[in-house]
Amino acid sequence: MNLTLKVWRQKNSKSAGKLVDYQVSDISPDMSFLEMFDVLNEQLINKGEEPIVFDHDCREGICGMCSMFINGRPHGPKQGITTCQLHMRSFKDGDTIVVEPWRAAAFPVIKDLATDRSSFDRIIAAGGFISVNTGNAQDANALPIPKSQADAAFEAAACIACGACVATCKNASAMLFVSAKISQLALLPQGQPERYRRVQSMVAQMDAEGFGNCTNTRACEAECPKGISLENIARMNRDYYAAKFVSEEEV
Amino acid sequence: MADINSNIPEGELTQKWTKYRSSVALVNPANKRSIEVIVVGSGLAGASAAATLAEMGYKVKCFCFQDSPRRAHSIAAQGGINAAKNYQNDGDSTYRLFYDTIKGGDYRAREANVYRLAEVSANIIDQCVAQGVPLAREYGGLLDNRSFGGTQVQRTFYAAGQTGQQLLLGAYSALERQIGMGKVEMYTRHEMLEVVKIDGKARGIIARNLITGELERHFGHAVLLASGGYGNVFYLSTNAMGSNVTAAWKAHRQGAFFANPCFTQIHPTCIPVSGDHQSKLTLMSESLRNDGRIWVPKKKDDNRKPTDIPEDERDYYLERRYPAFGNLVPRDVASRAAKERCDAGYGVGASKLAVYLDFAANTERYGRIEATKHGIQNADKATYMRLGREVVKEKYGNLFDMYAQITGEDPYETPMRIYPAVHYTMGGLWVDYNLMTTVPGLYALGEANFSDHGANRLGASALMQGLADGYFVIPYTIGAYLSKEISTKAIPTDHPAFVEAENSVKETLERFLTIKGSRSVDHFHKALGKIMWDKCGMARNEQGLTEAIAEIRALREEFWRDVRVPGSMDEYNPELEKAGRVADFLELGELMCIDALNRKESCGGHFREEYQTEEGEALRDDENFAYAAAWEYLEGVHFNLHKEELKFENIKVAQRSYK
Repeated sequence: MNLTLKVWRQKNSKSAGKLVDYQVSDISPDMSFLEMFDVLNEQLINKGEEPIVFDHDCREGICGMCSMFINGRPHGPKQGITTCQLHMRSFKDGDTIVVEPWRAAAFPVIKDLATDRSSFDRIIAAGGFISVNTGNAQDANALPIPKSQADAAFEAAACIACGACVATCKNASAMLFVSAKISQLALLPQGQPERYRRVQSMVAQMDAEGFGNCTNTRACEAECPKGISLENIARMNRDYYAAKFVSEEEV
Repeated sequence: MADINSNIPEGELTQKWTKYRSSVALVNPANKRSIEVIVVGSGLAGASAAATLAEMGYKVKCFCFQDSPRRAHSIAAQGGINAAKNYQNDGDSTYRLFYDTIKGGDYRAREANVYRLAEVSANIIDQCVAQGVPLAREYGGLLDNRSFGGTQVQRTFYAAGQTGQQLLLGAYSALERQIGMGKVEMYTRHEMLEVVKIDGKARGIIARNLITGELERHFGHAVLLASGGYGNVFYLSTNAMGSNVTAAWKAHRQGAFFANPCFTQIHPTCIPVSGDHQSKLTLMSESLRNDGRIWVPKKKDDNRKPTDIPEDERDYYLERRYPAFGNLVPRDVASRAAKERCDAGYGVGASKLAVYLDFAANTERYGRIEATKHGIQNADKATYMRLGREVVKEKYGNLFDMYAQITGEDPYETPMRIYPAVHYTMGGLWVDYNLMTTVPGLYALGEANFSDHGANRLGASALMQGLADGYFVIPYTIGAYLSKEISTKAIPTDHPAFVEAENSVKETLERFLTIKGSRSVDHFHKALGKIMWDKCGMARNEQGLTEAIAEIRALREEFWRDVRVPGSMDEYNPELEKAGRVADFLELGELMCIDALNRKESCGGHFREEYQTEEGEALRDDENFAYAAAWEYLEGVHFNLHKEELKFENIKVAQRSYK
């Protein structure tokens, strides 16, 4: 396959960026999208140019590091996968592909296609946990949990924090990410003692980071590589109101 | 051998850890507040250690090269985590987990460490569940288990095919909690590039801020390396692209011995290589061998579609050779058996370097059970298959999707094609019972150390070991050292040792940039990987290893003469990072071959063609090689062998049999 790429190049967070055209040829349809970028980078290095910086690590769709906005969609045209799992067989010979970084005020560009998503870590640090020190646990089977509840918690916990939800949202809202963690813990009995405190602290941090609000366009759910459901946002909102009306805590 | 002391406590095996914990020196809470600990790596071992030490009151700094601690490669572990809970009432016990692990490791692991691992395994499950890790459950609300290779009990806990992710997110949330409380300082996108030693003790690190390129000096009373394994020395492996040996190698160069480097695990069930462009390999979890049957055609070069090959023309070679364990033999055995069939000309697929992993028989079996449950009688095969498919989907759905995505084939309809690939490294920094390396104050945890898996790791034991080390071992054992350090004041980082270490790091980085050669870093990495896979891979022999050593030396020389690293030092420069990692791999690769050449026996994942039984099984030499080979680094990339003799007092050493 021969392709034209229009790739966002930006030296660092302070300088302005622009789309630059590149040609790649002899691309195998079995290559992953990132392997196609490896080929391009190898070309650039051999020509004495600077390779394109992009985030990636596990290349099997679980670490959440890869993050390319491809032809206007996070992780490209296919459903339920990350950029590293996208294969070139999803494109046609002669295609022009536009590749941009995640765009959100709370995800500043570091260089080229790499962005700073540390805001997600700070939201988790604000309350995305159960406070149990090592050594404090009781026997794991002392607390039976209905399978349906455990499965629902697992589905919410499948989030990989890639940030596709934020990138695709017109408001750059992080509510799908935040609500997935809140739901996972709210669905489990272990998560109950901190349930209302947690939702307040995490939402407060989310707002402080500059993420937008949710206007129910559902783009996040459609683009999430792990199929995280919008129901989680509803659950988060319900818990948040309950917390504010019934058990508001200083957070 | 006298020169390395494993510091194993005296007493009965079953009492060692209990007695140790009650007698090890402690650091009081007030003193903990002024003691600083550096943790390098934020995977299962690093995150759990950093969180737990901070909970105890130590001041902790944690470093990872990824953009978030949650992205460490532990996240990709699929199948599960072992624990001797005996919830299934099938005869499991601490001793049995210990026995299976020692035997699985082909009698090349240290008894005391492995017994301790088996003891704390149950605590790990308790801790994780308390953190909200959603492990799989049965309808009664209690935890579910499944089988893994090399065992005859069901002791593996899991969360679909994402167990590593869920356990890591548990440890990550504990870590983030401590970060939020200001008790851990987290340094993401930082890479450790040197260990700083003062008066022979580890006292800090030099780290590079990968965004700005700035070199930073960090002091610690102790330094913990939880930086993972070195499988990427083979270029193609199931490791993440960034996984590297650099932290461990820098420690090695500073005097920490590197043990059993040739013990690498080749995992039997990975998606085969499809072309030269490939950047990594993807694992298909061992849990699939619970329900997948492995076979090749009985006829050579049989090009029929797998579904067209009748039952009696298939060779279920694992079931044939190992009737007692069948498809659930340990990884090293399964990998070698696949290689044997492919080398003999029975491989399948375009490359002929693959075997089938077939779910049809068990899909039908599950379908029949479902049919009985729903009162459906005398259904046709298609109905059973349809019903069974739902069961299989619930168990392995995400793995099947992943396979379909990568290969473009539907594994529900046609068997998967699989082939062995580099997955894990049992070797690593030599540590004593306290997890301390031969450098005082420098520790190694998780895959970065060598201690628990011998010559072959059993499935679902890596997660167990990482979390055991971080949550339950190091928090105790570090007290033995730190209790003597309570009067050591924080050493200012303008100390000459820090200045010197930083200068040497800077010189190396500058050297990469000034070579301005003609080949990319990846070119050298791929060339190294090919040497390693061909000559130090699933089968090794004297001639190949001798050649490999010469080839690696030549490649290393060429690298330092002809590598091209673009960009500069003071910016975000992934090529520069890769250059540093590949430079270390180029030294490690040589040591692996030297170690493999030295070990004139076959054991676990180390298979020397000269040493095998008549049936082609690994032939150990307990008389001469029942030791851990701990290598010391000498100036100019030379290595000196030290031996830790392994004593088996609680287990009868025998030839491993899974027949």
